[in-house]
Parts: sequence; C-alpha cells; structure tokens
Amino acid sequence: MSQHSVKGGVIAVFFSAIKLHKVKPMLHFFSMLAMTFIGLLLLTFVIGRLMPTDPVIAVIGDKAPEALYQKTYLAMGLDKPIITQFFYYLAGVLQGDLGTSVRTANLVSDDILNYFPATLELATLATIFGVLLGVPFGVLAAVRQNQWPDYCVRFLGLIGHSAPIFWLAMMGIVVFYQHLDWVAAPEGRLSVTYEYTLQKVTNMVLIDTLLAGDWGAFKDAFAHIILPASLLSYYSIAYLSRMTRSFMLDQLQQEYITTARVKGVSEFAIIWRHALGNAWVPLITVIALTYATLLEGSVLTEIVFSWPGLGRYITDGLLAADMNAVLGGTIVVGTVFILLNLTSDLLYKVLDPRSR
Amino acid sequence: MKLLFNRARRIVGIAGLALSLSTSMVYADTPADSLVVGWQFDDIITLDTAEVFEFSGAEITGNTYDRLIGYDPDDVSKIFGVAAQSWTVSDDGKTFTFKMRPGIKFSSGNEMTAEDAAFSLQRAIILDKSPAFILTQFGFNADNVKDKIKAVDASTLTITTDKAYAPTFVLYCLTATIASIVDKTEVMKHAVDGDMGFAWLRTHYAGSGPYKISQWKPSEIVVLSANADYWGGAPAMKNIFIRHIGESSVQQLLLEKGDIDIARNLETEQLKAVAGNENINLLKKGKGTLYYLSMNLKDPILAKPKVQQALKYLIDYKGLEQTVWAGRGQVQQAFLPKGFLGALEEQPFSLNVEKAKDLLAQAGFPDGFEMELIVRNAPIRIDTSKSIQTTFAKAGIKIKLIPMDGKQVLTVYRARKHQLFFGGWGPDYQDPHTNADTFSKNLDNSDTAKSKPVAWRNAYAPEQMTQDTLAAVLEPDAAKRAEMYLAIQKTHQQDAPFAFIMQEQEVAGLRSNIEGYILGPSFDSNSYKHVVKK
Repeated sequence: MSQHSVKGGVIAVFFSAIKLHKVKPMLHFFSMLAMTFIGLLLLTFVIGRLMPTDPVIAVIGDKAPEALYQKTYLAMGLDKPIITQFFYYLAGVLQGDLGTSVRTANLVSDDILNYFPATLELATLATIFGVLLGVPFGVLAAVRQNQWPDYCVRFLGLIGHSAPIFWLAMMGIVVFYQHLDWVAAPEGRLSVTYEYTLQKVTNMVLIDTLLAGDWGAFKDAFAHIILPASLLSYYSIAYLSRMTRSFMLDQLQQEYITTARVKGVSEFAIIWRHALGNAWVPLITVIALTYATLLEGSVLTEIVFSWPGLGRYITDGLLAADMNAVLGGTIVVGTVFILLNLTSDLLYKVLDPRSR
Repeated sequence: MKLLFNRARRIVGIAGLALSLSTSMVYADTPADSLVVGWQFDDIITLDTAEVFEFSGAEITGNTYDRLIGYDPDDVSKIFGVAAQSWTVSDDGKTFTFKMRPGIKFSSGNEMTAEDAAFSLQRAIILDKSPAFILTQFGFNADNVKDKIKAVDASTLTITTDKAYAPTFVLYCLTATIASIVDKTEVMKHAVDGDMGFAWLRTHYAGSGPYKISQWKPSEIVVLSANADYWGGAPAMKNIFIRHIGESSVQQLLLEKGDIDIARNLETEQLKAVAGNENINLLKKGKGTLYYLSMNLKDPILAKPKVQQALKYLIDYKGLEQTVWAGRGQVQQAFLPKGFLGALEEQPFSLNVEKAKDLLAQAGFPDGFEMELIVRNAPIRIDTSKSIQTTFAKAGIKIKLIPMDGKQVLTVYRARKHQLFFGGWGPDYQDPHTNADTFSKNLDNSDTAKSKPVAWRNAYAPEQMTQDTLAAVLEPDAAKRAEMYLAIQKTHQQDAPFAFIMQEQEVAGLRSNIEGYILGPSFDSNSYKHVVKK
C-alpha cells in the first residue's frame, strides 16, 4: 500500500469519526461569514473608489506639484483596475495588515484599538440605561394601556424618535453643563489633569481608572460620559419602550394569561414573570440591534462631545478619502453585527424553550 | 402594581445616585501652570516637518522646532536669526553662508550643529513630500543636494542656489516649516529601509523648540511640554493641552465656563455672543489667506472679458465684510495679502448692478445666464456664496450652488471641471512669489502640463505676466521688486478671471487672565512661548 493511500485512509477515518451533521452547519456558518466580509469590503471599496474625491489629494494635499501627484498616483496603485486594487487590499487584510491611515499616520489596527473602546464604552452604558429604563417603561405603558402612564411613555418615545440628536445634545449641554453644572465639559473622555497621566490598559476610561485605583479619575470619567450616554440612551429608551409595550400587549392578550389570572396567580407574577418572560425573546433581537446601531452610528454625539469614537473615525475617514480607515472601520462594524446576531441567537435558545 | 412602582422608584434612585456622583465633581479652572486650548486640529496628518503642510501641523511644529531664521509677526520685513546667529550672501548672490548659534540643544540632549541643519534640508528634498517644492525651486534635487547644501564645519552651513534669486525670497523660504531643523542622530536612529526616519518622525518628535511634543492623538489631543533647556529661556506654561473641539458653539461654552483658556474657532455668531463678556478678550490678526471667486476660462461664457468684469462688479464686498465676515475678514482685491512686499491695496470693485448689466449686455448676455458655483461645505464659505448668488441674480445670473466636501471640491477644481469656484488660498511663506507663482504664472496651459498652478486650473495663461513674474523673483532690490509686483497685480486685478474678495482675520477668544499669546500672519508663527497666566 502506498503512503498516499495510507494518508487518505486516515483522513477518511478522521472525517467519519466526526459527526457530519455537526460539521456541516459550522462549515456553512464560516463560509457565510467569509462571504459576508468579502461582500461588505468589496462594496465599501467600490463605493469609496467611485466617490468623486481624489484619494491622491488626501495624501499629498492641494498644493503639491504635478510630478508628486503622478508619483503618488502610481504608488497608490490607482492606475490599476478597481478589482485588482481590491485584491491587493484583501491580500493585506488576510495577512493582518489593514494598512496605514492617511489622516492619522498610524496603522489602522492601532487606530481601531484606540477609537473602538471609546465607542464601546459609550454605547454599552447607553444600552444599559436604555434597557433599565426602556423595558420597565414599556411594561408600564402596556399594563396601563390608554391611561396617563401610557400616554407619557408614548409621548416621551415620540420626542425620542423625532428630536434631532444634535439639537438634543446641545440642549443637554446648555442645561446640565452650562446652567446646572452637573456634568463635566463636553471636551472628550477626561479632563486634561487625567488625560495625560492615566495609564491606558483597555482604552475604556471607566475601567482604566478603576484598574489604576484612581477614584478622582473615575469620577472625572463618569462625569464626562454620563451626559452623552444618557442622551444616546434616550433613543434606546424611546425605541425599547415602544417595542416592549407592543410585545407586552401581545402577550397580555394571550389565553395563558387569562388562565393564570383564573388560577389566582398574582398580578406581579403575571406581568413580570409570565408576560415579560415571553416578551424577552423578541426583545433580545431589538436590544441587540439597538446596541449595534449605537456602536456604529453615534457620530453626531461623538462630534458634539468631542468623543474620540469609531463613528467619527469612519466618517472623517470617508470625507478625507482615507479608504484604509473606512475599510478597517467597516470590518469592525461588520464583526459587531455578526457577533451581536450570534449572541442574540444564543440567548434565544436560553430564553425560548421551544428552540432548545 | 405597588411593587412595580417600588422598583421604578429604585431605578430612579440609582439614576439619582449616578447624577449626584457626577455633580459631586468640583470643576476648577484650568491648571495654573498649563494652558488649555480648544481648537479644530483634525487636519494634522503628520508631525514630520518634511511633510507638514497643514495649518494646524504648521502651528504645532512652529512651536516645537527651530528654523535657521525667523521674522517679526508684526512686521514680516524684519528677518532675524534663530538657529543661525548670522548669515552672509556671496557677491554672485547664489551662496548663503550661515553661522550657527552655539548652545542649542535638542530634546534628546544632543547639541545642534550645522550638520543637523544640512541634514534636515537635504532630507526634506530627498523625501520629496508635498512642501518640498519650497526648497527644490532653488534648483536642488536628490542628486545634487548634498553638494549644494552642506556643513563646512560644525558651526557653518552653506546653501548654493542655481540662480541669483532675490535674497529675501530665499530667506523667507527658510522660515517655512519644511526648513525646521531636526536632530539628525535621533532621527537616523529610527531609520528603516533608507526612509531617513520618516515613518518614525510622522508620529514622534526630534526638535529643539521652546516646547516639545509629548503626545499627539489625532482629532483628540496634542500635549506640548515646556523645554526647560530652551536656549531662549524656558516658557512659563509647563504644558499646553490642545483639545480637538469640533463644534465652535461648544468652544464658546467651554471658554465662558473657564474650562479652556483659549478658543480658536469661534464663528461670527459666537464672537458676537462673547463680545460683551468681561472675562473674555478677543485677539485678532490678519492672516495671509485670501478668499476668491474664480472663473474657468474653458467655459465660453466666462472666457469673455466683459463677463469677468461684470461678475467682479456683482459682489457685495463691503456688505460681506460687515455681515458674513464681521470681524473675521477685510476686503482685499489683489492676489497678495496686505502686509506682503508689494501688496496692492487698491479696491476698484464694489457692488454696481447697473454697470454689471451694461457689461453683460456688451458681452451679449443682457438677460444673464445660468452657471454652477462649487464651494466647500463650510459655514463662512457657504454664506459668502449665498451672498454672491443673491447679488448675481440682480443681473439675471442664476447661480446653482453646489456645496461639497473640501476634498471633493479640490478634485473638481484641480481637474478644471468647474465653472465658478469659491475658495481660499494661503501663502506657503512670506515672500510675494508664493502667490504670484500660482496666480500670475502659467507656463503651459495644456491638459498634460507638468505644472498646474491655480492660473492653470482656471485656464488662465497670460504670457507677458508669466514672464514678469519670473523676472520679479530674480530682482535683488526690494523696492524695485515691490514695484514689479504692484504692476503685475494691477493688470491681474482687471484682466484675470479671479475676483479676490476677502483676506482672513484670525480671531481667538482668550480668558482675560491670559497674556502673551501671539497670533502671527501665518499659522506657523502663532506662538505659545510667551504665554503667562495672571
């Protein structure tokens, strides 16, 4: 028997040992994942190249001589077809090289490690606030349907959906910073006293200040994040309360609720354990999507509060034709969406006995 | 339901606790030994002086690096030695010999020598980044620069140009950011693959100025720390914290509350709002940046001289100065900014609709025409363009405004695919040639030209003026040279497809206890060196 056939036999035995029905979904998942990323990157790359902005100007500025322009044009590979340029970029990505940002002169991977934690911290806090307040408000509105608590929640939700975040942020600053002096200046994540001295470990300042054991710095970080996080959470609260109300109304009309009441189960248990328990299942997806939106879409809040986050990084990159930065940010946003979808799928299985 | 409300109350309690935690903060004034500045500095893309060409980057390096010579920000004709103690010019006008100032140390502790100065200039030419033309226009290139710019000994540097240029032209170019002196030993320590330390210096520092760059986080913060060993004396402020505050209205709030000491980007509305505040002073300085309307001569309508003249009479110069630009600009109708050698200050144009209509009729357009105007999407530029749109309409010219992102506008402009363009131009150094070179010189108007100055972008190719511009830069006598530029501007003002409208005035809002902050005519001459807090 040849060596080759021995090897083939081992592989065949190996695969037969693995239960094929378990491998197939995984292979399917990873191929879908790869296709999603390649599709996302290709689309972003093509849109970036089709934008009426000359990427050479982003590198050399407006005043550089024509000879330098031509040299840079060739050095950037812009004379090659778009698809060739894309494959060069993709080859780099597969080797872990996201390129260098034109705007910051840093590796895009370093920039992401710097900017993404700022957004993650802000969006996480906003989502926590959103869930803590939005869900109870929604329950309250459903339980007191067409009564004043319901009207209040719906009115607050309406404002949350319709008020421009930029305006709301400025109002928040004027009231809570300028007049009441309750929060720190909208100048970023820390006061200058701590900005320069704090040892950055996770790049999430609330955590880093705690790790450093610096209570003063933690208070300073909290005073900086509380207003932008609250404002962002207002949108989550508005959306989550409406969705919770809707899911709860649906549950409260189910026959099992009537049965429970007939059996004498307490109103508290009916609302919080039975109705909300079932409403959590669709709510998980809503919360995950809200969280994902906050992670990539809080650009205006980041601008107003001088918050060095990923949304601003991508937007500034796009306007400056800094495609490496935009594509790097796109990879992060894509990953976030995929991970949150996976998480919500897993939570589905935990919360919904039917899917186990 | 009682339980429900009890829980809600508990949540409100937690929120209250969180708020009280934030309110328990004590918001003191900025630190007594540090200056906090709010500024939009997201244009900084590099810290390497061989590459820096943006306003903010120039200001940062201007405060942290020494150059051979400098100029008085209040009178740019006064040139003095900085890293160079003295200099002489050879009889043939081509060789400049600089004697280095002794005792200058880089932040690394290395002593500055003529070798550092020669290396810095050679490096800038060999790297050939965007601002390199400021030096290469004297005939230097990667092949000859080591012969043309060299250290004769530790304290003597010689620079030999290809022609006998006006000496002030050469000297002013050596005041530009690209002529900053870097620490050769430190930079070459980080050189990789023959890059002369470029990859490293883009995000690091190797200078000898009054401040050193301690930290740069793009679009977030720049921290400058005082150089205690600075040869001119250590600055009073130990740290300068420059924070990127994108919104000018937020800058206003921070300044009013004392959370920043200086606000750098207050818009017209904010300037009005803080004008009566006794805790805030406004510091103003005329900058070299000019704002202009240009007409692409590739368009058959705009190619008609009478149409160009008519458009120049359809701009409300004074009205713009008093409203849109209130306190932030002064009318200037020539291509050299006030304060430059030979700047023409005559203002022959004012809003005159009747005269414009007459000129349009003579050009064959009694009922006007339709035209597109591209402009960068920035408040003051948009407002100015709207004013132009309104006054043009009085003569029947319908303007379609096309606001774009800055780089999109430049893409269209550089490809000369526009009709009308409104934008700004800032000089690269303090010599008149910087603007003359781009506005009044066009050696080749073909689409494949090797040089594409602003005149080319508008298909403007005046042969005689091009020759006059080339002659002016070689004239050694300053008075004669000034006359030459005045003559060029007078012709340019009437005949060129450019309507110069406004010269920018930079305004900074300062807390009243801040003294010694200097706004210069260019961003690299804005200085924190003498700032003190009272």
